[in-house]
Formats: sequence, C-alpha cells, structure tokens
Amino acid sequence: MTDRTYQRLDPQQAAERVKASINLRKRKETRFLWLGKTAVAIALGFLVLLFAGILSKGIPGLFQYYVTLDVRLDARQLDPSGQMTVESLAGGDFDGAILTSLYEALGNPEGRKEKREARRLISSGSSQRLMNYVLDNPEQLESMVSIQFAVDDDVDTFLRGLISRETPEADRRISDQLIGYIDALEAEGRISYEISDYLFFGSASRDAEMAGIRGALVGSILTLLVCIVIAFPLGVATAVYLEEMAPKNRLTEIIEININNLAAVPSVVFGIMGLAIFIVAFGMPRSIPLVGGIVLALMTLPTIIISSRAAIRAVPPSIRDAALGVGASKMQTIMHHVLPLAMPGMLTGTIIGMAQALGETAPLLMIGMVAFIVDVPGGVTDPGTVLPVQIFMWADFAERMFVQKTSAAIIVLLAFLISMNAAAILLRKKLERRW
Amino acid sequence: MLTVLVISALYFIAGQRVARALRSNNAGKLHSLPHYHGVWAAVTSALPALFVLLTILIGKDLLFQFWARDYFPEDVMNGDTVDRAIALAKVSNVINGISFGEVEPWVQAAGDAWIRWDANAIVVANSLVLAVSLVGGLLGYRRINLAFRSRNYVERILTWMLIGSSLVAILTTIGIVLSVLFESIRFFKLIPPQDFLFGLEWNPQFEGAERAGSGGGTATYGMVPMFVGTFLISAIALTVAIPIGLFSAIYLAEYATPRIRGIVKPLLEILAGVPTVVYGFFAALTVAPFVKSVGESMGLEVASESALAAGLVMGVMIIPFISSLSDDVINAVPQSLRDAAYGLGSTRSEAVRQVVLPAALPGIVAAVILAVSRAVGETMIVVMAAGLAANLSFNPLDAVTTVTSQIVTILVGDQEFESAKTLSAFALALMLIITTLALNYFALQIVKKYREQYD
Repeated sequence: MTDRTYQRLDPQQAAERVKASINLRKRKETRFLWLGKTAVAIALGFLVLLFAGILSKGIPGLFQYYVTLDVRLDARQLDPSGQMTVESLAGGDFDGAILTSLYEALGNPEGRKEKREARRLISSGSSQRLMNYVLDNPEQLESMVSIQFAVDDDVDTFLRGLISRETPEADRRISDQLIGYIDALEAEGRISYEISDYLFFGSASRDAEMAGIRGALVGSILTLLVCIVIAFPLGVATAVYLEEMAPKNRLTEIIEININNLAAVPSVVFGIMGLAIFIVAFGMPRSIPLVGGIVLALMTLPTIIISSRAAIRAVPPSIRDAALGVGASKMQTIMHHVLPLAMPGMLTGTIIGMAQALGETAPLLMIGMVAFIVDVPGGVTDPGTVLPVQIFMWADFAERMFVQKTSAAIIVLLAFLISMNAAAILLRKKLERRW
Repeated sequence: MLTVLVISALYFIAGQRVARALRSNNAGKLHSLPHYHGVWAAVTSALPALFVLLTILIGKDLLFQFWARDYFPEDVMNGDTVDRAIALAKVSNVINGISFGEVEPWVQAAGDAWIRWDANAIVVANSLVLAVSLVGGLLGYRRINLAFRSRNYVERILTWMLIGSSLVAILTTIGIVLSVLFESIRFFKLIPPQDFLFGLEWNPQFEGAERAGSGGGTATYGMVPMFVGTFLISAIALTVAIPIGLFSAIYLAEYATPRIRGIVKPLLEILAGVPTVVYGFFAALTVAPFVKSVGESMGLEVASESALAAGLVMGVMIIPFISSLSDDVINAVPQSLRDAAYGLGSTRSEAVRQVVLPAALPGIVAAVILAVSRAVGETMIVVMAAGLAANLSFNPLDAVTTVTSQIVTILVGDQEFESAKTLSAFALALMLIITTLALNYFALQIVKKYREQYD
C-alpha cells in the first residue's frame, strides 16, 4: 500500500526497543487512569459542594429564634364583644397585650424611642399568633400564659451572628439599643432556637421570619395530581398503541417522530404554549394548579411514553402467544397479561416523570404561577404557587434570612425528589422480573 | 357528569345481568362474555352523553359571545377586533360581579342577558345530557342478544381511544408550533425579519412608550447578542462538562469494578435530578461571588453576574448527560475490538484511545450535541445567575443574557399582547425551538449514519 520501506530488526534489537518503550507506556497508562479517576472525583466533588452548600445554609433555615413572653390574656382587652369568634377577636387589642408583656420583660423602658426599638424586636405576625392561640385555647382566658413569639428577621440574623457587633451602628440594621434588649432577654433565658413552625405551616410572606412553604407545598401536590391524572393514562395508552397495535404506516411514524421531538423541546417552550393556548386562547385564569398540571403533563408525557414502551417491550412474546393461543383477543391479551406485567416499569417511569415535573420551574413562570399568593390553595382552580417557583421568588428577596429560608425550602424539595426516586428504584427492584 | 357515570354504571350492571340470564336460560352460546355486554351498554350511554356535555360547555360561550354582539353599540361593532375584545371583557366583568366604577347600560344589559342564557343553558344541558345517556344506553341495551358481538364493538371503541391518546402528542406539537408561529408572524409584521435575525442590538421597549412618543430611544430587536450570550454560556458549560463527563465515562466503562460503578453511576445521576432552580440558587449565591472575588484578586474586572459563573454551574448540570450517554456508547463497542487490541499487545489506555474511542466517536459526538441542545434550552440557571443586559460580548467575565432568560423576563407578569416586546418573546422561542430541534436532528443523523458499522 505504501512505499515505506521497513527496517528489518533482529529479535535482540526488537526486544530492547520494546523494553525501552514499556516504561513510557506504563506511565501513560497510569496517567490515563488517573485522569479518569480525577474526572470522577471532580464530578462527585461538585455534588458534595452543592449539597454541602445547601445543607449548611438550609439546616439552620429549618430553625429560627423565638422569644418567650408571659402574656396576660385579658378577656376584655382581647375580645371586647365576648363572642370568641374570629370576627369579634379581630376587634381585640392583641398588639397591646403583647407589647405590655414585652415591655415588662425588658424592665419597662421609658421614652418613645426606647419603646420603638423594643417593638422592633418581635415579628409583626405576633398578634395573629396570639389570636390563634386564644382561639385554640379559650379556656385559658383571664390567665397568664407564656407563649413563644418569633423574633423579627433582622434580630434573627443578628442572633445567628451574621450581623457583627463591631459594625458601626449606622451600617447595621439593628441599633445598639436593640442589641441591649436582646442581650437582656437572652440573659433571662427567654430566647430560644427551635424548629421553625412558620416554615412548614406559614405561607408566603414578605416578612422573612413568617414566610413558610405550606401554600407552595399544597400547590405542588395539587399540580402533580393534575399532572399524573392526565399524563399517566395518556402515556400508557399511547405506549400500548404504539407497541402493540399500531400498523407500520405514516401516521405511526409521525407520532413517533413527534414524541421524540417533544422530548427535546426546552421546558420553557411548553410554558409559552400554555400561556398562548390555555390562558390567552381558552381564557383560563393565570397561576392555577390546573393549567400548571396540564402543561407539566404535556411536558412529562414523552418521558412516560418512552419508559412505558420499554416496559411493554420487556414482556416476552411467549406470554402474548400463550394468551392468544387459548383464544384471547388482542385486547384481552393486552389488558389481562401485557399491561399487568409491564406495570412496574410503567410506574417507575411515571414516578421519574413526576419527579421531573416537581422540580420544574420555567414553564410555570410562563403561566403566571409567580403571583404572590398568601392563601393556601384549596383546589386545582385556586391561584397558587409551587415549591420551585417559591424558591425562585425567595432567592430574589434581599433580606438575609430569606437565604436560609430558601435553602430550607430547597432541602424540603430535594427530600421529596430523593424519596420519589428512591421509591421508583425500590419499586423496580421489588417488582422487576427477569425472563 | 356524575349522573352520567351513575347511569352508565347502572347500564353496565343491567347489560351484564341480561347477558348472564341469556347464557343460563338458553341452550345457545353467547358470543361475548357477559361483562362485555355490560361495558357495551355502559359505553353507549356514557360516550354520546359526555360528547354532548363537552360540546355544550365549549359551544355555549362562543354562542353567547355571538348573541351578546346584539347589545353592542354601533361604534364598537364598527371598531376593530380589539374594541370588541374590550367590550366582551367588560361584559364578563359584569357576569362575574366585578365592577369598576360606572357600568354602561348596554354592558349591564348584555351581562344580565348572559346570566339568563347561562341559567337556561344549564337546564338545557342537564336535561339533554340525561336524555342522551338514557336513550343511548337503552339502544345499546336493546341490542344485546346471543349472537351480538359486543366484544368486538367494545374493543374497537377501546382501540380508537388508544389512537386518540397517541394523537395528543401530535396535538401538543401542533399547539406549540401554532402558538409560537402565529405570534412570531405578527412580530415579523412589526419588525422586519432581517432586523431581528441579524440585528446587533437588543433594546425592547413597551409599545406604549413608542406610541406616546415619550422618547426613551427607539426599540431595537436584534437577536444576535442573545444568541452569542447563549452560545458563550453553553461553550463554557461544555468546556467544563466534556472533559469531566467523558473521562468519567471512560473510567466507569473501562476501569471501574462493578462495585464502584454501582455506587458512582447513581451518584452522578443525582446531579441530573437536581432541579435547575436549585442550581440557579447555587450559582447566584455561591459561585458568582466566588468567581468575582477570584477574578478581582487576579486584577480582572468581573461582572457580578458573569457568564462564567452561570456557565460553570450549567457545566456541572450537564456532566451526567455526557457521562451516561458516552458510557452507553462505550459499552456498546464490541468486546472483540478490545480483545483484538489487547492481543496485539496494547495497554488498556492504548486500546481505549486508539480503538474504543474512535469506534465510539459518533455516539460521543451525538451525546455532546444533545448536551448542547440541553444547555441552550436551559432556563432557570441563566435567569437567576446570568444578567439581563444584552451585551454583545465574547468575554466570559462580562454579564451576558440568553434567549431563555429574555423570554422569561418578557413574559413573566402581565403583558399586553399587541406590543412588539411581548411578541418578540415568541419570535425568540421560535428560534429556540428551531435551534434545539436542529441540534437533535444532527445528533440523530450522526448516530444513524455510523451506528451499525461494527455489528
């Protein structure tokens, strides 16, 4: 083939040459192996870094500081009309009751300025908290109770040591006076650090200390419900049709190409479609879990179809032949034999698709699920938001405490995702059958 | 709807009963199993009824909109579509009991009429649906006899339902294409396509500002800066992801023991399962300040939302795509090729580099292209960590913006659907779809072309 002339080596020379090159080749081999190991180590290092970053911020975010105050529940002050209903309590002076006990705990400060600083110590949601307490425990009216109130987010940030005492007073968000009060309360043992009840039971709020994920969590669950109700039957039906019944024709081919293309479309485009079709053309309201669920269902449909088809394909043809052999119709074979055997694989694919949908943010931004909604959605047509979008919104807020709250919300989201994926793996392990 | 289901359930029981009775009374053979007869009766009652119900629900608003036009004054009817849409919105406010100030008498009248029609429609719909389900069920029920092939009918209906659900995929695609295409065409009527495709400046303005002539500069819609930004960030991501992903794949496929493989592979796949909003948060909060401080300590000027930070994090996100896809491809290379290389005395790394990788190359290239299309379509990381300023820059330390983050910025919140700014998001989305589909098409072609070379 080529004109190259090869130099003839005698065996001795050849052996020497090979020997000389062997060390080099061995070194190259080691280097290559190390490259591979380093690459894996770097990738895992990123994983560790990501989780360490989130956990280190998020675990403190699960907790927050509370101040315990002894409040006198004076019936005339709190419930002027004496009916013990939400309406009558709304007329009561809860702020007054809390402030009285706060001033008392601080040794009754004099002067407007001092009182104003003292008021900044506790969260603005404290009166609501006291009202709920009274509603839950009406028998304790007229007695002295000690209740934990959340401290204001700036105070919380200070207690975590994120605001330094050394910073000049003008540059930090809390005054020397307030620090004095905090020290006094701490010396009395009134300040405690506990698992945040606002995080899990509170809803969206501009005040970091009261912000919670309950509304977003309920919204996520509702959205996922809509998503699964739509995507699972459609996905399984499509997979059955394409695998078992579809003739080889143009239509089938078009459907298959379509499904593959849909899997490649960026998720934000599904959001645009939802906006243009469901909201603008059909006139559905914005930011409701129903629309969100439909959009996510269309987005996860390819995932479910592809894994369901794989599951159906894994059912051996002998099963079908046996069923057909004893006189079952095509449909009976599918319904009675193929589907039950393929179900574990289909469920696994569906759970993975749902996990994908749970973490998805961009398409939901498009259909307006970023609205600031305080109420917990009661149904699929109530405006709501979902966990990832809540995380996105909180990440934009400037208050320092929101960083921890965001990380805490991320931990909750990741916990859900990991448990869903773990469930999928367990399911596969448990129900998997080898033929 | 519930009533319809109850009626069809009753028909199911009735159909099954009568079929059982036929079987036990007669000497003849029943063609289909009794429960098929039951399902047949149930389906004949439920399907037409649900169809009627759906038609009424969808059709009634359209019909009422048509009727409501009789109430519109002359000037609204002579105006353009926007005027009519505003008039309709006013009427629907009256219907929903929302009022803004004084309501014009014709709007009030139309609203009252609408509410009246609605009440009538519910009565009509209920009775009609009920009647259809009863009659339909009865007709189906009457057909049940010994020779009746209910199984075949039921199965045919089921097959059509399966076909129907497969068509949803096509409908979704059509929906995507139409929704994006129509708005894009409207956009291109306002802005010439060549300005959009080749314009070097992106400076969208709200239509209102333009109309009022309040200055603020003219709006320019050139998409080049955004595509440059998108590809800059994707390129950074790939420089991170390709070496790490590829070497991880080689290590896992060729060197790792099954035990290590069993541990490392799922761990890497966790990286793919982390929601992008989490990556975005991580990029904005941890990586961007880190990049900035490192850059500044080296005396470089770094934007606080640099392309580098977003690209790095995106690179981490796509590592698992590249590693698991390449892993599959490398595993698919026949063992005989490796054995042949070993037989000639090559070391493992020589076999990998000179035999396995060239054989797996088309698949690896396809994996990289798929990763690019993933990076181009990725939204949350760039929304949270990349900037919004549309700089035309190739410097990774500058703030750049991307197609997806512009789409999100434009379309989040309220928008008026007539303005060029809103419509520009749809044109961007159209370009995005075309880009990602083209990338996927190339990947597919490469795989197809070289796939069966070694079999």
